[in-house]
Amino acid sequence: MARYIGQRLILLLVTLWLISTVTFVLMHSIPGDPFSSEKKLPEQTLRALEAKYNLDKPLPQQYVLYMKNLATGDLGISIKTPSRSVNEILSAGFPVSARLGLQAIVIASFAGVIMGMIAAIRQNRPTDYILMVVAVLGLSVPNFVLGPLMQKYLGLEWEIFPIASWGDGFGSEFQYTVLPSIALSFLPLALVTRLMRSSMLDVLGQDYIRTARAKGLPPLKVFSRHTLRNAIIPVVTILGPITINILTGSFVIEKIFSIPGIGKYFVDSISNRDYSVIMGVTIFYSALLVMMNFVVDLLYGLIDPRIKLGAKEGN
Amino acid sequence: MTNQTILQIEGLHVSFQTYNGEVKAVRGVDLHLDKGETLAIVGESGSGKSVTAQSIVRLIPSPPGVIKSGTIRFGERDLTQVPDQEMYKIRGSEIGMIFQDPMTSLNPTMTVGRQITEGLQWHHDFGKGEALQKAVEMLRLVGIPNPERRIHQYPHQYSGGMRQRAMIAIALACNPKILIADEPTTALDVTIQAQILDLMKELQQKMETAIILITHDLGVVAEMAQRVAVMYGGKVVETGRVDDIFHRSRHPYTWGLMDSMPRLDQKREDDLIPIPGSPPDLLDPPRGCPFADRCPHAMYICHEEMPAWTEVSDSHQVSCWLEHPDAPAADRDEPAARVNIR
Repeated sequence: MARYIGQRLILLLVTLWLISTVTFVLMHSIPGDPFSSEKKLPEQTLRALEAKYNLDKPLPQQYVLYMKNLATGDLGISIKTPSRSVNEILSAGFPVSARLGLQAIVIASFAGVIMGMIAAIRQNRPTDYILMVVAVLGLSVPNFVLGPLMQKYLGLEWEIFPIASWGDGFGSEFQYTVLPSIALSFLPLALVTRLMRSSMLDVLGQDYIRTARAKGLPPLKVFSRHTLRNAIIPVVTILGPITINILTGSFVIEKIFSIPGIGKYFVDSISNRDYSVIMGVTIFYSALLVMMNFVVDLLYGLIDPRIKLGAKEGN
Repeated sequence: MTNQTILQIEGLHVSFQTYNGEVKAVRGVDLHLDKGETLAIVGESGSGKSVTAQSIVRLIPSPPGVIKSGTIRFGERDLTQVPDQEMYKIRGSEIGMIFQDPMTSLNPTMTVGRQITEGLQWHHDFGKGEALQKAVEMLRLVGIPNPERRIHQYPHQYSGGMRQRAMIAIALACNPKILIADEPTTALDVTIQAQILDLMKELQQKMETAIILITHDLGVVAEMAQRVAVMYGGKVVETGRVDDIFHRSRHPYTWGLMDSMPRLDQKREDDLIPIPGSPPDLLDPPRGCPFADRCPHAMYICHEEMPAWTEVSDSHQVSCWLEHPDAPAADRDEPAARVNIR
């Protein structure tokens, strides 16, 4: 097991290196540079600026320099807002995005599992139909439609929640987080609900459920010991992709609810060609995602004993 | 009903509600089971044998399955009437079950030990350690080597035959009076089949369990059973002791079953004789004998009315119009010309 985790961590570093290299190359192949969009700068100033950010050196050399800094954990200084380093931007924005993302993941997984269970137990009855309509809405209504709708009704008309803004970092007051978390969780919630429903129905039809009933266990015990655990395995496997979905979805939600997370920088930095921020945010998100997939794999092995992590073939 | 009888099924009707209508899977079955004996229920797929057995402990999927009428006497109780709470107490502790496919009948995410102990802990107030000890004992009893280690393993670490042994351990852990074995060897290799059957026989003698054995394998019947009920189209058509059925059978369907079974003394050139046609549609079951359409000896009356039971001997009953005094003598090997009884 320790050996497996070690191997995975090494692979993880290789993945991150590949991602940063590809991003570096792609980023520099976009036409223009951080200073080209503004009004013409004097030739000398431009030179000085380029020198400051090493942009005057040949690309391979820039790459080596960047990688050296990256290895020490230094992500560089934002070109557009030179007063802030990329590390500062991330450490200010990430707690906000993390809170939002975590809440959305919790809502999506817990509510999704429960709704899917109910739908399966009430299969082909009104409750099931209602839940499935909600799930289809969740899949088909984009969150940039749902977000403003909630702002209008829950925020402006009924004044239950604040329509936008955010308290302080990770520890923001709960009320500010409600609407954006729900908006962000809507699509993954629908995914989890549908998956849980079909997985439950599949498990309920399995022979081992009949065996459990033949032992005389009452329905509640059959459900909690035999059905739930087996039905939840597929849901755990999509937690990885769902995290990706929530992270990428948060760019839009952060914009709609004016939340000071990282999402804003991710979009703005690309249009501004703010090279160091593009690299920093991309690498940061990639690291988060590969870690998340790793955690999901570990969880998977924990829930399903048939999956032996790192076991040699034929063992 | 003698005082030896522990289970008495009378007039059992079971139906399944489907989109196409009501499938009458079991249509008036009478059976009884004596203490410690093995009763085999034989018949082809769709004859209602599994549904009959699962109805005893109400394990038919419901909905769509419904027990329409009939009684199942088990001691003082009628199993069709007892409340659910009581049924949970009977299942597993007084009536155990094993199923056809051991590969899918065990929960893949739970250790085998846990799957044995959970029944013990539910039915008796066993502590964890006590239950585990009993589970080890059960695994040893069903012939799983190294039970102390094996008990902590998961089903995927067991072979097919071992899983069926584990299933038997689960079913017998609470020492039930009746074991319902629904095609217990169908999914196993022939060599493993013999081992499992031997094990069942051995445990039956040790624990004095009565077995209801559902199978379509007449070899298994000959090996295991004292009495046989032949089912066809949701009805029992002939019942008797094993030698009654194997040597003195009276029902043309039973003859068909026997003829379609390979025999060691048969010459290799001789073909097996299958029964032509297919079983009746139980959405709209025939008025008369369900086998009439495929029966080489069928008379007009056979299509019109279900034949009554004829006592061939104390132990042997058959439901066939050929037993009627006016019926022509039927030659088993030589189908008679169709004769009319009115």
